Amino acid sequence: MLKDITLGQYFPGHTLAHRLDPRTKLLAVVLYIVALFCAKGVVTYAIVMAALATCILVSRVKLRALTRGLKAVYVIVIFTAVMNMFFTGGTPVADVWLLRHITFEGLRTAVFMVLRIIMLIMGTFLLTYTTSPIALTDGLENALSPLKKLHVPVHELAMMMSIALRFIPTLIEETDKIMSAQKARGADFESGSIFKRAKALVPILVPLFISAFRRADELATAMECRCYHGGDGRTALHVLHYKAADYLVMIGFVVLTVGVIVLARMGF
Amino acid sequence: MEPILRVENLTHTYSAGTPFQRNAVEGMNLTVMPGEFLGIIGHTGSGKSTLIQHLNGLLRPTSGHIYLDGKDIWAQPKKIRDVRFQVGLVFQYPEYQLFEETVYKDIAFGPGNMGLDKDEIDRRVREGAAFVGLPEDVLHKSPFELSGGQKRRVAIAGVIAMEPKVLVLDEPTAGLDPQGRENILAQIRAYHKSRGTSVVLVSHSMEEVAQNVDRIVVLRDAHNFMDGTPRQVFARAEELERVGLDIPQVTKVALALKRRGLPIDTAVYTVPELERELLRLKGGAV
Ligand SMILES: Nc1ncnc2c1ncn2[C@@H]1O[C@H](COP(=O)(O)OP(=O)(O)OP(=O)(O)O)[C@@H](O)[C@H]1O
Ligand SMILES: [Mg+2]
Repeated sequence: MLKDITLGQYFPGHTLAHRLDPRTKLLAVVLYIVALFCAKGVVTYAIVMAALATCILVSRVKLRALTRGLKAVYVIVIFTAVMNMFFTGGTPVADVWLLRHITFEGLRTAVFMVLRIIMLIMGTFLLTYTTSPIALTDGLENALSPLKKLHVPVHELAMMMSIALRFIPTLIEETDKIMSAQKARGADFESGSIFKRAKALVPILVPLFISAFRRADELATAMECRCYHGGDGRTALHVLHYKAADYLVMIGFVVLTVGVIVLARMGF
Repeated sequence: MEPILRVENLTHTYSAGTPFQRNAVEGMNLTVMPGEFLGIIGHTGSGKSTLIQHLNGLLRPTSGHIYLDGKDIWAQPKKIRDVRFQVGLVFQYPEYQLFEETVYKDIAFGPGNMGLDKDEIDRRVREGAAFVGLPEDVLHKSPFELSGGQKRRVAIAGVIAMEPKVLVLDEPTAGLDPQGRENILAQIRAYHKSRGTSVVLVSHSMEEVAQNVDRIVVLRDAHNFMDGTPRQVFARAEELERVGLDIPQVTKVALALKRRGLPIDTAVYTVPELERELLRLKGGAV
């Protein structure tokens, strides 16, 4: 079912991870990703992994929810693992048939690459699981606001993003409903040639587009009725403030990243 | 008599394994007899739509079984499409599912999926349209030019045209004016009378259900709360009121009279019935 796509879903909660300023979390994720990509050896990977584990524990997000997000990318993960295993030069594992093409170096890279992808996805999912889409766009808009000086329409972009985020679940729900309604009339989406399947999408896409346009129209009217006129001079309902915890977390992540980079340079 | 549809100990859990997990239907039992006009009523969120989407196999039970003509509909998951032709489901706000260029083609979508020949489809489309009171000239218009009420009729005709053994309608009158409501209900009544097949009507409104059905099932918080003839259900009008469910106006009057000490039978739900009951009391008092 479409509903099972949890990409970017927010699980409300009251932990420290939920309460942090969204800008802090954005910065933390960026630093975490930098650290992850700089990590080279067992020690540095272990440090980054420990950081991730701490965050997961603090946020109390169930591991199952995080691993479910991985389902979407397992093909990429397997592909990466296989490619690395076979196409990295070095000492072969054994001198029999297929194993001749697998090198120790390849295995090592494969393990690290797979770990990197999994940790990258878990880290970013943790961000969306603990931060509401509204808070996320608020944070992004705020963090990018210096770009306004360069005439980048930061507010408009953020508004578009929050509207899109707001309507993705609605559209998924709507698609589900329309699919059910057409299935009730015997529509068949699961069998037949590619051509037949593409044709079977018409009864879903037509009503979906019509309703998306209707919604867009209604939303535009509603925004106009409330005198929306773009970003200039707009104040925020939730004014973002850094608290002590935010500074501590930021310092923590800076230390993590710098530490990992230095250690990696030293060959760990 | 064997029931045409039997729901046995049905539970459905949404979003299992997430913090949003909830049972929309829990341990539900239900039967639909051949030719019966059944009403399902309950609060918003009581699980009505979830329940009926199991009847034609759109949702798969988390646990429990659904039997159509005595056969478990999930015994052969590949054959579930056949179940959908036999149990016709009209969704809440069905007008949003229209997609064809003409009303005719849209009504023909279901019968077309059944693999019927052209003449048979033509017959069914015209008959379906007639049942919901759509005039011939509308058939060749675009469904998007029609009014909301007309669109809804087109959608209902599209399911009727499949000639299902059981017709299930999820709040067919939601969002219509009183005139539009009564028209649609009258057409459903006429359909039931002339076809003689089972009809399941899901509704918010006791009034609507009371006037039309042979039997009422009341849902409350994912559970089966009451099940019986309108008379049996409204005999428990006080209980219904206590849990915040609406009861027909006539029943309300009877209930108010009873509270003032009149020894009235509150299981009345039409004006003539109340009249008869009052006359009976008056006759007894004189
Ligand atoms: N697709 C879904 N995913 C998750 N939860 C759902 C879904 N559909 C319904 N629910 C939940 O299940 C419960 C029962 O919903 P359902 O739609 O069956 O109620 P209903 O009785 O039809 O209400 P209404 O009268 O408003 O149509 C509700 O609490 C709803 O939030
Ligand atoms: Mg419903």
